[in-house]
Amino acid sequence: MRAKEIFLNGIVKENPVLVLVLGTCPTLAVTTMAVNGLGMGLATTAVLVCSNIVISLLKRVIPNQVRIPSYIVIISGFVTIVSLLMEAYARELYQALGLFLSLIVVNCIILGRAEMFAAKNSVFHSMLDGAGMGLGFTLALTLIGSIREIFGSGTWFGLQILPEAISPVTIFLLAPGGFFVFGCMIAVVNFFRRKSDRLVRNACMNCPSIGACQNGREGEF
Amino acid sequence: MEFYFALLLDTILVSNVVLAQFMGICPFLGVSRKLDSAVGMGCSVTVVLVLATAATWVINTYFLLPYGLDYLRTLIFILVIAALVQLLEITMKKYLPALHRALGIYLPLITTNCAVLGVTISAVDEGLDFLPALVFALGSGLGFLLAMLLFAGVRSKLENCDIPPAFRGMPCTLIAASLVAMAFMGFSGVADGIFSI
Repeated sequence: MRAKEIFLNGIVKENPVLVLVLGTCPTLAVTTMAVNGLGMGLATTAVLVCSNIVISLLKRVIPNQVRIPSYIVIISGFVTIVSLLMEAYARELYQALGLFLSLIVVNCIILGRAEMFAAKNSVFHSMLDGAGMGLGFTLALTLIGSIREIFGSGTWFGLQILPEAISPVTIFLLAPGGFFVFGCMIAVVNFFRRKSDRLVRNACMNCPSIGACQNGREGEF
Repeated sequence: MEFYFALLLDTILVSNVVLAQFMGICPFLGVSRKLDSAVGMGCSVTVVLVLATAATWVINTYFLLPYGLDYLRTLIFILVIAALVQLLEITMKKYLPALHRALGIYLPLITTNCAVLGVTISAVDEGLDFLPALVFALGSGLGFLLAMLLFAGVRSKLENCDIPPAFRGMPCTLIAASLVAMAFMGFSGVADGIFSI
């Protein structure tokens, strides 16, 4: 039962993108097409599952004072592996994601889960947590990518959806469209979860930036 | 000289790190509520960016490339940035305590700011020489500072608005950011137009 809860937690209740608002940079940058969102999500999931497993295995070995640098080294090792694999087997996606593939290293979801979950829980549970959080991230990115692709270029996963006669709204593919769609998505999620539960007051505890972030200190969100 | 000005203008306005390239969104959304903290964060990022680009450019050119180690770039760069930030904090604490009091709390966050890793990697990726790479980093940092400043102003106006409940907090902030980004789209072509290159 607990295993199922841990897995579903990241997908719905504490969705890292739509509820916790973490990992915003890749969420906005790569979601001009649904397939890019999906690819980025899966790459991040792979890194997250592997790093959670390794960090959970090493939780008694890593000294507390140098734990953050150790986590970063482990994470960037897996990021290098994933980006080399992608360069070899999914070249088109590799070129589309570009710089943001390397930037998975500084994605605060991964460091956050290492610090919050993997460092305290068993290997199996950490793996499930990584998979759940990663799939939640993938789901959100694919959703945002779908909306931006359908409105911005009239296609979905490359298939023509809107009739050719309707000219697509190109601004959805540009920076302002990214911010706008993301903002509206969070508003929709807020609308549905406002009454039922006021969960994740401590959402920001996941974020390494909590020290100076005013949102975190004042318990915004 | 013209090249450097064009590069500076291009990185500050046209391809602004935050509003056009989506790097460093977390501090952009998190630390922009008050003007003074926005300035503090922007200045720290600018300083770290220039120093980190100088260090990583040298390491990449004279150490990683000659030995065919460039697949380790992400790993080495993030470690260099982390070490540099620590070093900067220790040095500032000892010799410039006033500055440390002002910027100290922002320094530890910069390690995980993707603008720093992103800019150092793209400076190397684009094959810039040493001096252009430094100008590129400086422009990116100033662009970040400008975006933070403008957005802090926008947010101070948002505080007093009556917003539908579902949009309160983060959604409204993101939509405001969308409008600021739209304003920055007006700059596209400015650098090319002025210097006609």
